[in-house]
Amino acid sequence: MREVNVRKRVVIVEEIFHEGGPVAATPLRRAAALAVIHNPFSGRYAPEISGFMEDLKPLGLEMAKSLVAALGGNPKIVEGYGKGAIVGQAGELEHGALWHVPGGYAMREILGGANAIVPSTKKVGGPGTRLDVPVTHINASYVRSHFDAMEVGISDAPRADEILLALVMTTGPRIHARVGGLKASEIKGEDGLR
Amino acid sequence: MKSKIRKIITVVEETHTEMGQPVNPPTRRAAAAAVIENPFAGKFVQDLTELTEIGEELGALLTERAVAALGIPGPAAESYGKAAAVGENGELEHAAAILHPKLGTPVRKVLGRGAALIPSSKKRGGPGVSLDIPLGHKDAAFVRSHFDGMEIRVNDAPRANEILVAIAVTDSGRPFPRVGGLTKDQIKGEDGLR
Repeated sequence: MREVNVRKRVVIVEEIFHEGGPVAATPLRRAAALAVIHNPFSGRYAPEISGFMEDLKPLGLEMAKSLVAALGGNPKIVEGYGKGAIVGQAGELEHGALWHVPGGYAMREILGGANAIVPSTKKVGGPGTRLDVPVTHINASYVRSHFDAMEVGISDAPRADEILLALVMTTGPRIHARVGGLKASEIKGEDGLR
Repeated sequence: MKSKIRKIITVVEETHTEMGQPVNPPTRRAAAAAVIENPFAGKFVQDLTELTEIGEELGALLTERAVAALGIPGPAAESYGKAAAVGENGELEHAAAILHPKLGTPVRKVLGRGAALIPSSKKRGGPGVSLDIPLGHKDAAFVRSHFDGMEIRVNDAPRANEILVAIAVTDSGRPFPRVGGLTKDQIKGEDGLR
């Protein structure tokens, strides 16, 4: 059991009213919760790292809760999600992969019954590195209107021995979605895909 | 509303440790930013009144958002700052028209007081440009522990005909101020400086 040492937390909310087209009756909201943690494996090759996934679960839950709170407190309004990580330069891409299980688990736990895989991305980078966190529908990955992304980053993170962890939730389709494909109203909900 | 708002963004940052030292309670800053249409993009207009009125509107709206994001009553805020980034078809003077004549009064109304000058910065730039919002104590500009800055950026703004307008509010100074100078408990509060 390793302690998770959090240096900084950031919550970002975007409220989008239009993008040159008609002003939406309900604005689209995207929220990101970021945590900057110390990387316990930085500066060396550690063969065994997987135990840290369990240690990250409480932080993941706190971040997922803070997202729902930032979106108004009702998990039912969340329609899209995604996750990502930026590993500081003394770490390894594989350390970012530690976030897959606790990040995904946390959002499913808070949202209840989300069927779709949580799309993700990761990279190694320095302070100020930006990450485009992919977003898809929480119940059916193929819902085309909900293919989206949110760019996140923090000017002073990640330092070399840190990892920046990110969770993203959104409340609806792209603001002027109109390229066809599977609609949210057509979800069968059997396989998390359609 | 005079402002044609495309998007509103709020960001909350909490610093929990710095150089391994716990920050207790964490220092917190919030920024609220609006992406608005620049009514004077692409032309030279002598009278900038419309933008000063937009500034007055945004002063209230963004300060309320920032304070709400921190979850504190307005008067509990300790420092503040403002900034604007004008898209490439606009003029630096457009940022000045929003920020300087009328934006401050509604900011101070939300925060209860605010004897000190609101520190500001402005620039012209493209989508994703970084904006460093300077921060200073709201009642006494010389409080050295509260000289600070907060970087924000919005990946898709400002577009050429837009302006990104931001207000930052904190409930604290830097995590471990130790370079001397006036401290907040020494504020006389007569002139906005000391």
